[in-house]
Amino acid sequence: MFTKLRPYWSLIKSLQTGLLLSTGLAGYMSARCPVFNLGTMVGLGASLALSISGSTILNMWWDRDIDARMTRTKKRPLASGQIAPNEALRLGLLLSLSGVGLAVAMDALYGLIIFAGIFFDVVIYSMWLKRRTAWGIIWGGISGGMPILAGRVLGYGGFDWIGITLALGILFWIPTHILTFSMKYFDDYKAAGIPTFPSTYGFHMTRITIAVSSVLASLAMGFASYGIGMTIGYLRVLIVLSIGLLSLAAVSVFKPTERTNFGLFKYASLYMLSSMILMVV
Amino acid sequence: MSVLDRILLLVTSLLAAYQIAFGIDGSSTLPVIAYTISFGVLLVAGLLLISLGFDVLEAPAVVIIFTLIPISLATGLVWEYLASFRVIYLVYALIGLVAIIVTRSFPIPGKLPTIVLALIHGVAGMTIFLLPIIFAIMDKTEPRFAFVGIGGALIGVGGMLLAFLKTGKPILSQKLTLTVLPGLLLVMTLCFVIGFKVG
Repeated sequence: MFTKLRPYWSLIKSLQTGLLLSTGLAGYMSARCPVFNLGTMVGLGASLALSISGSTILNMWWDRDIDARMTRTKKRPLASGQIAPNEALRLGLLLSLSGVGLAVAMDALYGLIIFAGIFFDVVIYSMWLKRRTAWGIIWGGISGGMPILAGRVLGYGGFDWIGITLALGILFWIPTHILTFSMKYFDDYKAAGIPTFPSTYGFHMTRITIAVSSVLASLAMGFASYGIGMTIGYLRVLIVLSIGLLSLAAVSVFKPTERTNFGLFKYASLYMLSSMILMVV
Repeated sequence: MSVLDRILLLVTSLLAAYQIAFGIDGSSTLPVIAYTISFGVLLVAGLLLISLGFDVLEAPAVVIIFTLIPISLATGLVWEYLASFRVIYLVYALIGLVAIIVTRSFPIPGKLPTIVLALIHGVAGMTIFLLPIIFAIMDKTEPRFAFVGIGGALIGVGGMLLAFLKTGKPILSQKLTLTVLPGLLLVMTLCFVIGFKVG
């Protein structure tokens, strides 16, 4: 049973899905903390988990040919033929539609944002732009910001500047995360013919882009946290974590090494997770 | 790095975050900034060690960054408890920090870099070690404030182990130093948290 389920589990990229799910929950709790409505919280978690998992599977279904050409991804279940493409497509659609359906049933605007997230991610980013331009990650970033915006909208009851700023924080954080990754696996992406920032604009410009986006992400998270009413103590922790992110980004520009690059990639994930925890505790 | 090491470092980071968030609110502005710097370095260093392993300790900037912990902590303590030495110690700390940055960033022959590091580190370490213990003995603070002094002693031990390791003349073997480091950092941070809670 476990052996049979394992390929399906790896289809949803559990760590990435978990991180995006945490942003959605944090977005909601930023407006409704402490949370008294457990039913809404469970619905929020389920709709986000289903939608994010569904869109991830659809992305893997669409990208299975390029995954098969990259050393890093060629063992993925679809690329290696462990799961049939049609089966993955059906599963991806089922999860996505279930997630959006549940979200719409909870709140129409919330459902619309969830749908927009899937649409931007799968159709605009993966199907249209990813193989054409390095700038496609902007749309990947926008879709990455949808869970936190959706959570905030559900909690607050509509759009507000805090929700938009939180989504911008994720949008600016995405380059820090993805561009460091595309430098680490530069040869892989090149072999697959995927245009990335490093292959289009060079490593130095990519590092500068990462540094600038880290500054913008930190500023956005700081402003949003202040707007939420985060206590001064938690703000201090957020500032410290932001300084850590900015320092690593600066080191990666002025003294670039493979280790610094990978450290920035991992630290950026920890930074985002920590920021979400600070917003809800 | 073992799973246990990662857990110890994660707890250390969480304790440092707790101290920044809750443990320094009663202090005035400069000590708050100073304590935030020292516990902030601990927090970020813990996360970086978890992410990158002990290899990160080989970076040349480690000496400068880890020096921030005792210098800022000592500055905060002096500002809070030795009012008549505030300005002179602050000036000393700033000059000391600049001196360490300069001697570690540019190739300077001879023993000057080591002397500067030992002088600045040593005075800061002794301040953190002695000030809380003396104040606790003199009943100027709660007895448990002495825990900050124990933390100061441990930071001195950790600093020496790392400094000698980096100079190629380790006190303990590299393996043993790296084995005890996560536990040492945790106990040290715990002592600071307990001590400051009653200080």
